[in-house]
Amino acid sequence: MYVAVKGGEKAIRNAHRLLADRRRGDRSVPALTLAQIAGQLALAVDRVMSEGALYDRDLAALAIKQARGDMIEAIFLVRAYRTTLPRFGYSEPVDTGAMHIERRISATYKDLPGGQMLGPTFDYTHRLLDPELAGDAEVPGAGRGEGEPARAMRVSDILAEDGMIEGDGDAATETPGDITREPMEFPMERDTRLQSLSRGDEGFLLALAYSTQRGYARSHPFAGEIRIGEVEVAVDMPELGFAVTVGRVQLTECQMINQFKGSSKAPPQFTRGYGLVFGQSERKAMAMALCDRAMRARELGEDIVAPAQDEEFVVSHCDNVQASGFVEHLKLPHYVDFQAELELVRTTRAEHESRRDPGPAVAEAAE
Amino acid sequence: MSVSEPVDDRTQARRHRLSVLAQGDAALLAECWNGLGIDPECELVRGPEIGLVALRGRMGGGGAPFNLGEATATRASVRLADGTTGHAMVLGRDKAKVKLAAVIDALAQDEAMAARLDEAVIAPLQAAIAARDADRAAETAATKVDFFTMVRGDD
Repeated sequence: MYVAVKGGEKAIRNAHRLLADRRRGDRSVPALTLAQIAGQLALAVDRVMSEGALYDRDLAALAIKQARGDMIEAIFLVRAYRTTLPRFGYSEPVDTGAMHIERRISATYKDLPGGQMLGPTFDYTHRLLDPELAGDAEVPGAGRGEGEPARAMRVSDILAEDGMIEGDGDAATETPGDITREPMEFPMERDTRLQSLSRGDEGFLLALAYSTQRGYARSHPFAGEIRIGEVEVAVDMPELGFAVTVGRVQLTECQMINQFKGSSKAPPQFTRGYGLVFGQSERKAMAMALCDRAMRARELGEDIVAPAQDEEFVVSHCDNVQASGFVEHLKLPHYVDFQAELELVRTTRAEHESRRDPGPAVAEAAE
Repeated sequence: MSVSEPVDDRTQARRHRLSVLAQGDAALLAECWNGLGIDPECELVRGPEIGLVALRGRMGGGGAPFNLGEATATRASVRLADGTTGHAMVLGRDKAKVKLAAVIDALAQDEAMAARLDEAVIAPLQAAIAARDADRAAETAATKVDFFTMVRGDD
C-alpha cells in the first residue's frame, strides 16, 4: 500500500525539465528527426510497434525519441496513446500467402517453390564493427535481380497432405477473443495466447524459447519458413456495405515445424508453432512460434513439465508494460508500509532475542 | 462482406478505387488531384477522425483468426452539394489524404466523372504502386539463393 505524499512538486518540475535537457543533449549536435529514426533505426521502430501492439511507424519513432531510446518506455508511451483512440473495427484476417515478399527462407526445404530469398538480413555478416559507418560514406543502391513478382505460397500450404505435418486447423469464422477488451482467463485458448505473444517482450520470449531448445519441454524445432513483407489490410466498412483495402502493413511470419512422438490424443507427426509479428522482427517471430508450440502441450496431450509450457506463467509475465509497471512501482513512496514493517520486524526480533536468551528477559519481566 | 466475395462491377470499381487511394502516395495523390483543377463544394459528414483498426491474422497462416494488434487509421465521410456521399478509411493518420479520398469516392459515383478520375488520379497512383512493388521485388530477387549440389566424383 502507498499513501499520498505531498511536496516535491518543484523537484518534479525541475526533474522533468532536466530530463528534457538531457534528452536533447549537446545543442551543437543536430536533433534527430522522426524520419531519421523511422528510416535508420527501423528495427527499433518495428520492436516498439510490435510490443506496443500499435502499427504506426511515425508514432513509434516519436516514442523512441521521447524515451531517449529506452525501448520499454517507448512501448509504454505507444500503449498509453492507443487508449486515447476509438476503435473503428476489426480487419479481415490478413492473407500472409499473398504477402509482397521481402525475405523468405526455409531451413527444411531447399527447393521450395518460389525460392529462398535472403532479403535485408544480418545472417552471414561477420559481426565486425564497420568503422565506415561512423562517418557518412556513400552507400551503393541495392542490386536488382530478375524474376516474377516475389509472391510465394506458404510452406505449410505447399506440403503434401499426407498427414506427416499437421494442417492449419479449422479456419472457423467464430469471433476470436481480444485481451484488450476482456480480462484474461486461464486456461486460455490459442487465439488469445497468440495475441499475448505477439505483443510480448522479445527478451522474455526469446529466453523461454531458448529454454525449450535446451531441454525444458524439448520440441525438436525446425524453421519451416520465415517470411517478411507487406500484406494488404481489408476492413468491412458498414457505410459502404463491403470491405475495402485500407492500406498495408509489414509483417514477419514464422512457421516452426516440430517433431512429435505422438500421445494419447494425436498420432506421431510433425506439429507446428506459429509466429506473426509487426515489422521486420525475425527473432521475435521465431521465439513466438517456439513458445506457441510449447504452450500447445495441453491440446496435444503432452506432460506439462517446463515453464515455457505453462500458459499462465508465460502469458501473465510476457507483457513488459505490465511487468515494468509492477516492478518499477517499488520506486514510489512506501514510507508508511515500511514504517509498519519496521515496527513488525522490531517486535518479532525482540521476541526472537528473548527466546534465545530467556534469562534477562524473564528478569526484566519480573522487574 | 469479405474482399474476396464477388460483387457487381460498380461495387468492384468503387472498391478498387478506394483500395488504390488507400495504398497510394499522398503527395502524388494531391498532385494528380490538383492537375484536374476541380474544386467541388462538399461538407464533412464525419471526421476526418483518427482511430484504431484491430488487425487479425490466422493461426498457422490459414487457420482460425486471432487478433494480432492494432493499427492507426483515419476515416472520413463527405457529402457533395447534390447529396452524394463518399467514404474513405486509410491506415495511418493523414487526415488531408483521407478527406480527399472520400471526396473522390463521392465524385466517382457519377459515371462520367468516374472515368475522368480513374484516368487522372487512380491510374497514375496504381502505376506508382506497381512500380514500387516491382522495384522491391527486383531487389529481393537479387538475394535469391541459387543452390547447387556438390557432386563427389572419383574422376
